[in-house]
Amino acid sequence: MTSQTALSGSAADRPNLRRRLAAAGWDRITLLVLPAAAFVVLLFIYPFAYGLVLSFQPAAGGLFANYAKFFSDPYLYDTIGTTMWLGLPATLINMALALPIAFQVRHFRWQRILTTILVIPITLGTVLVAEGLLTYLGPQGWLNRTLIELGVIGSPVRLIHNYWGVFLSLVITGFPFVFLLTLSYVTGIDPALPQAAATLGAGPASRFRHIFLPLLVPGLAVAFCLAFVQAFSVFPSAVLLGAPAGPTRVISIAAYQAAFEQYDHSMASAIAMIMGAVQLVVVVAVLGARTLFYRGPMGSGKG
Amino acid sequence: MRSVDSLPAKLWNSLIWLVIGFFLLNLFGLISAVGVNSFATRWLGTWFPAGYTTRWYFSAWDEFQLWDVLLVTMEVVLAVVVLSLLLGVPAAYALARREFSGKKLLTLLFVLPLLVPPITYGIPLATVLYQVHLAGTMTGVILANLVPTVPFVILVMTPFIEQIDPRLESAARVFGANTFKVFAYVLVPLLAPGMLAAGLLVLVRTVAMFELTFLTAGPSSQTLVVALYYSVFAAGVRAGQSVDAMAMIYMATTLIWLFIALRFVDPTQLVTRVKKTS
Repeated sequence: MTSQTALSGSAADRPNLRRRLAAAGWDRITLLVLPAAAFVVLLFIYPFAYGLVLSFQPAAGGLFANYAKFFSDPYLYDTIGTTMWLGLPATLINMALALPIAFQVRHFRWQRILTTILVIPITLGTVLVAEGLLTYLGPQGWLNRTLIELGVIGSPVRLIHNYWGVFLSLVITGFPFVFLLTLSYVTGIDPALPQAAATLGAGPASRFRHIFLPLLVPGLAVAFCLAFVQAFSVFPSAVLLGAPAGPTRVISIAAYQAAFEQYDHSMASAIAMIMGAVQLVVVVAVLGARTLFYRGPMGSGKG
Repeated sequence: MRSVDSLPAKLWNSLIWLVIGFFLLNLFGLISAVGVNSFATRWLGTWFPAGYTTRWYFSAWDEFQLWDVLLVTMEVVLAVVVLSLLLGVPAAYALARREFSGKKLLTLLFVLPLLVPPITYGIPLATVLYQVHLAGTMTGVILANLVPTVPFVILVMTPFIEQIDPRLESAARVFGANTFKVFAYVLVPLLAPGMLAAGLLVLVRTVAMFELTFLTAGPSSQTLVVALYYSVFAAGVRAGQSVDAMAMIYMATTLIWLFIALRFVDPTQLVTRVKKTS
């Protein structure tokens, strides 16, 4: 620390490159960051830039031909709506479930066991959950049999190879992730704050609205963004559990088909860029709404 | 705080436990449905199969050439774990110990691959790997899987290194140790628990990583989860029980490593750490 300040002090009389770098904090230790940075640039930034450029070099037509084709063909542009229609409700349901459950569980004795059980669906991955749901939700599966036995329904409900199969798989794989994030935000709040509010006579509902909610909104916005972006890029369960030709033809299926069935890598890159852009728009909108919430009057109670 | 025991509060409490119970019941149901089916002789239109057998495991083992697939999976996973630690730990060390200009930009660079879902960057990445003739090879699969795991190691290791007292390294330097010696004799022993935890989590992630492997793998470089996807995709050609037997083998591979990993890391802590850095 002291040697660095000494260096920047003597930097007045024509410093060489090494000293100037040292003044900016770049010495031999800092260089250790370079291999990893080079790797990420080479295999993440470069492919993205390459894909972006490639998307403007279509197989036929002008600069924007791929994008024009995407937004003029309903078979392609409908995938955005389809994916939204799956991803948004699934994420909202997961948030709505995770928040009260996190509040309930935060003082729970076996919290660690519960979180461990909830980590399992994340690690099993979407492919296994899809395969399990095919058997479990099928017309002869345990869920339909139980519901018929209980007299809730007369004949089996169709839950696979349609919208609901994919939706349920998104809830099952997405909920644990949202829950763990929410739990870590809820337990991160200083317990002295709600206690002070309780001393001043605030009931549970009022404590939640005036203490917890404002403190939680930034974290919840991040959790929503991460969960939505995951749900928006749903792929294996939409193919295996949904109807990939129709109601669950999500945008990643369109991109995959362009790349590996039509071998039109330019078009595939364009779809991947559109996918990234839609995700970015939603993330920016949610994070922007969070700032609005903060700047707005606290008493309005909108969240 | 917990003195509210009015009727609505009690109802609300029970409702929430009911929801948790319902979720866990369905989770258990879907996992055991796969398990029961993998041992079933015939299971049509009844609560439980007509009889039980283990022959599907043998037929799945032969049909899907699981020995080769498992070997490929182990090679890929091992390479990804070692390389991501080799690249990630030094970078995490630099980020934890030094303040330098451009640090914010570098942190952003390392967070981005974790925020963008694999299928979004996987397609351009696969295109580039095809251009340089690496797609379809083991090298291509390993490189693609390193993209999210190197940043993951950095994000997990940076707070871990920050809590190690820098005076230990200074003391070693006073006694004449060079950077390499400080690294080998002082840092690596201190970092071992963190590296073990990060390595195990990378291992679990890579075993379960479907999208990137799916987009870059060729017939001879499929990992278990991709082979499982293809077998479910082509279901109908083969017996469902055989596919489920393979799913059980996959589940066992993931869960063994998950439980080993959970002995070394608390899942809630991990999420908090990642959250704070991003």
